[in-house]
Amino acid sequence: MEFPKNLTYAKTHEWLKKDGDLVEIGLTDYAQDQLGDIVFVNLPEVGDEVTMGESFADVESVKAVSDIYSPVTGVVAEINEALLDAPETVNGAPYDAWFIKVKDVSEEEELLDADAYEALCKEGGEA
Amino acid sequence: MELIFERSRHGHKMALLPACDVPEAAPDFPLRSEAPKLPEVSEVEMSRHYSALEQQAFGVNDGFYPLGSCTMKYNPAVNETAAGLPGFTELHPLQPEATVQGALEAMYAAQRLLADITGMDEVTLQPAAGAHGEYTGLLLIRAYHEARGDHGRTKIIVPDSAHGTNPASAAMAGYSVVPVKSNEAGGVDLDALRAAVGPDTAGLMLTNPNTLGLFDPDILEITQIVHDAGGLCYYDGANLNAVVGRARPGDMGFDCVHVNLHKTFSTPHGGGGPGSGPVGCKAFLADYLPHPIVAKDEGGYHFVKPAHSFGRVRMFYGNFLVAVRALTYILTLGGDGLAEASGMAVLNANYLMTRLKDAIDIAYPGTCMHEFVMTLEKYKEETGVSALDVAKRLLDYGIHPPTMYFPLIVHEALMAEPTETESKETLDHAADVFCRIFAEGRENPESLHTAPHDTAIGRPDEVTAARHPKLRYVWEK
Amino acid sequence: MGSYVPSSAEERKSMLAAVGAETLDDLYAAVPESVYLKSPVIPAGKSEMEVISELSAMAAKDTVYQSIFRGAGAYHHYIPSIVKNVINKEAFRTTYTPYQAEISQGILQSIFEYQTMICELTGMDVSNASVYDGASAAAESIFMCQARKKTKAVVAGTAHPEVIETIETYCRSRGVPVAVVPAKDGQIDKEALAEALTDDAACLYFQQPNYFGVMEDSEALIAMAHEKKALAVMGVNPIALGLMKTPGELGADIAVGEGQPLGLPLSFGGPYLGFMAATEKLMRKLPGRIVGETTDARGGRCFVLTLQAREQHIRREKASSNICSNEALCAMTAGAYLTAMGPEGLAQAAKLCLSKAHYLAGELAKIGYGQAYDKPFFHEFVTKTPIPAADVEKKLAARGILSGLPIGEHEMLWCATEMNTKAQMDEVIAVLKGEE
Repeated sequence: MEFPKNLTYAKTHEWLKKDGDLVEIGLTDYAQDQLGDIVFVNLPEVGDEVTMGESFADVESVKAVSDIYSPVTGVVAEINEALLDAPETVNGAPYDAWFIKVKDVSEEEELLDADAYEALCKEGGEA
Repeated sequence: MELIFERSRHGHKMALLPACDVPEAAPDFPLRSEAPKLPEVSEVEMSRHYSALEQQAFGVNDGFYPLGSCTMKYNPAVNETAAGLPGFTELHPLQPEATVQGALEAMYAAQRLLADITGMDEVTLQPAAGAHGEYTGLLLIRAYHEARGDHGRTKIIVPDSAHGTNPASAAMAGYSVVPVKSNEAGGVDLDALRAAVGPDTAGLMLTNPNTLGLFDPDILEITQIVHDAGGLCYYDGANLNAVVGRARPGDMGFDCVHVNLHKTFSTPHGGGGPGSGPVGCKAFLADYLPHPIVAKDEGGYHFVKPAHSFGRVRMFYGNFLVAVRALTYILTLGGDGLAEASGMAVLNANYLMTRLKDAIDIAYPGTCMHEFVMTLEKYKEETGVSALDVAKRLLDYGIHPPTMYFPLIVHEALMAEPTETESKETLDHAADVFCRIFAEGRENPESLHTAPHDTAIGRPDEVTAARHPKLRYVWEK
Repeated sequence: MGSYVPSSAEERKSMLAAVGAETLDDLYAAVPESVYLKSPVIPAGKSEMEVISELSAMAAKDTVYQSIFRGAGAYHHYIPSIVKNVINKEAFRTTYTPYQAEISQGILQSIFEYQTMICELTGMDVSNASVYDGASAAAESIFMCQARKKTKAVVAGTAHPEVIETIETYCRSRGVPVAVVPAKDGQIDKEALAEALTDDAACLYFQQPNYFGVMEDSEALIAMAHEKKALAVMGVNPIALGLMKTPGELGADIAVGEGQPLGLPLSFGGPYLGFMAATEKLMRKLPGRIVGETTDARGGRCFVLTLQAREQHIRREKASSNICSNEALCAMTAGAYLTAMGPEGLAQAAKLCLSKAHYLAGELAKIGYGQAYDKPFFHEFVTKTPIPAADVEKKLAARGILSGLPIGEHEMLWCATEMNTKAQMDEVIAVLKGEE
């Protein structure tokens, strides 16, 4: 299981990557493994507001739906439309499969570094 | 199996309709550019196609069907005879009332009998299925609060053991859902319920016996707590078959109820419908019912519109022919027969559970109602064999698996409901098969992981089906 | 009393002993004493012979018309014998929802075939496995169109009144605003429509042909909806689709309708089925069950219920619809009907409907029952009646004919299908003329 050092992590199993003024958000390797085969990703629309601690998307497996929470407050600048046709990339390459890029970030929850997040997952997560 | 489109050959057809005996009219509106690609087959080809399909369908008469919560009881033949009477099947829904007095009489009889059976005062036959009935019941509750100017009631309380339709129906009726947890015995946690109710409570939706197959012994207190908070109580009749003829939701404190005619009252499931979900209510809600309902006076039977009807949930009057089947069943069994049916459903479930309890963990041991839930959590830890694996292996023995992974609060759940229309012999055989499979899982788990082995197809790839949906046949160019 | 319990007194005794009870009542210890019934609340049961004679007596009180000129949402069509044959197969009738794909390929494949035929009929990309009826299909389609700032449902006042009422009922509880656009000369009033299509309009629902039998100017209506970025939902008659331009060709986003004309008897209003089809873009917004093709562990083609994460049993209160049961056996009936008819048979049925209705309209006009609207129509039309419409109904009923539906004091909505012979229609004219 991978925990790339260049990313930060939310306790609810999202990864974040700073990209200039934008924040990229995706689902961690640990989370995709727990969820199993992901068959669809429901994304917000560009221009939607996301709020720290609230759901901004959900992922479907064959027999379950799971909410994805935003670790930041801001506005959706881009969505990864490629996920709509190839949801399997969330399983296959979770750190390439970003969901959204957020701009105008006004608030950010306390995030973990790779080591701290790995430790959290070893304890069995907190999702 | 070939699809009907693959059997199609250009020029094959049937001679069904006569030549036109009036001058042919030319359409004066825009026409489709090409004919739909419907199959072109002769009658014998069509007949064989459907016979082939039938061989790959598992009906109630093809084997034991202990599908928990779905109530796959035998569908009596006389019901079909009654529902096939031309005086019922050939009636236009908008015929003058005087020409459909027999149909109205049947509807009225069904309304009255269902009211008496559930302890309610009035019944509508309009809802087409259980979930449709839930929605109708919630709209009644909504109309009641609104009529009283009580606009702050925005929440519906639903136990965590409920069917998914309950929270979904509440959302459709414009309510937010407050889940309440179950207590250790599997019933509603009274403290959690007391904490959940308040001036924003519109009502409670409860299935009793619940989806764990348990009758909630606190039922009177539960409905009292909700009433004291100003809310109403909705009875989800999905499991009425366990108590029908022996106890009535109306006496337990419920204000409205739906019944699934395709469960308790033996109408066939048809591969997923048509069902029927009549809704009953106490007199104080009757004025809000969807219209029309059938009333009787000295002049005969009439359709009437309740004084403050909230509208309608579909066209016409409901799945009339399904109601005719249920009426036939109720008249045949009568009050005594219904009590016998529920009692035997409960005895059969307890008997099967007793036969299995040494072989597998029962989620809530002790007397159950019409169904019980096995939990394979520990068994899976020990063997790696899941509830799904066991379910699939049952297929090889010609037994329809129990309901899997429901209710959600039991892990690795298999929920079995034998129904009253199975013999001791069938139950003994099924118990033997279950025990054999549980033992097989300990010795040769692989055989279960790869099951079924003897069915027409192996396990389908559901992931690919959902990731890259192919929802219709596409012709090669 | 009747009973379907297959056990003897001895067997019951031994089962009771096995579970540690003496009587069935013992098993109900959890039920509070105060609510446990001491005696039956409905009459005792009866023999099969008594029950069937009771029901036969009821059915015998009803008038079964051979000559029917009434539609208005339920249509009298010929049902091929083979269709009835197929539907009465016991395994089809009694099986459960095909969640266990390994033993349910017959049901799943039949639904997949149905979905394909509905797509072909409507010209749309995807279809679900059916919903309760045409009205609930229309109501569900409104919810498919909801977007953040676009919620208002604009509904043609020329649609079936019961469909409109169902839409209004469904929308009211969810807080979805509904604007019903009035009719003008039997068609939707385009000026009023333009006003109703405000920026917050989510969709336009209209019916083709409409309640009055009149063909709407679909192309223009859809363009008006799309102009305001509202989705276009067409309620369509499936037999008319044998001839008329399809929702797909017209650019509609969703097509729904009442499937009863596809091989289902009139049945006093039910069970029927609602069909729902949409563009691929809206696929995941379709409510209810959907069957998809995939492969099994042995590599062969097979079918499964798919996209289930949309549905209530998984999404619970977040599901877009609460629908669970569909009308599977009715959908199979529709599939069997379309199979038996084939492309030629369906076109023939549609042409017969068209020709018979136009013949009847022409003959009625000759005796003073002029058409209320001078507009294209398919198999239904409204006429003025020189005598009260209720009297027309009575006059024809006395001759064993079910007239058109009185929809105003001097207005009648007529329908003719392939079932109506020239002789039947000429009889209507003769009776109304007072010759017979």
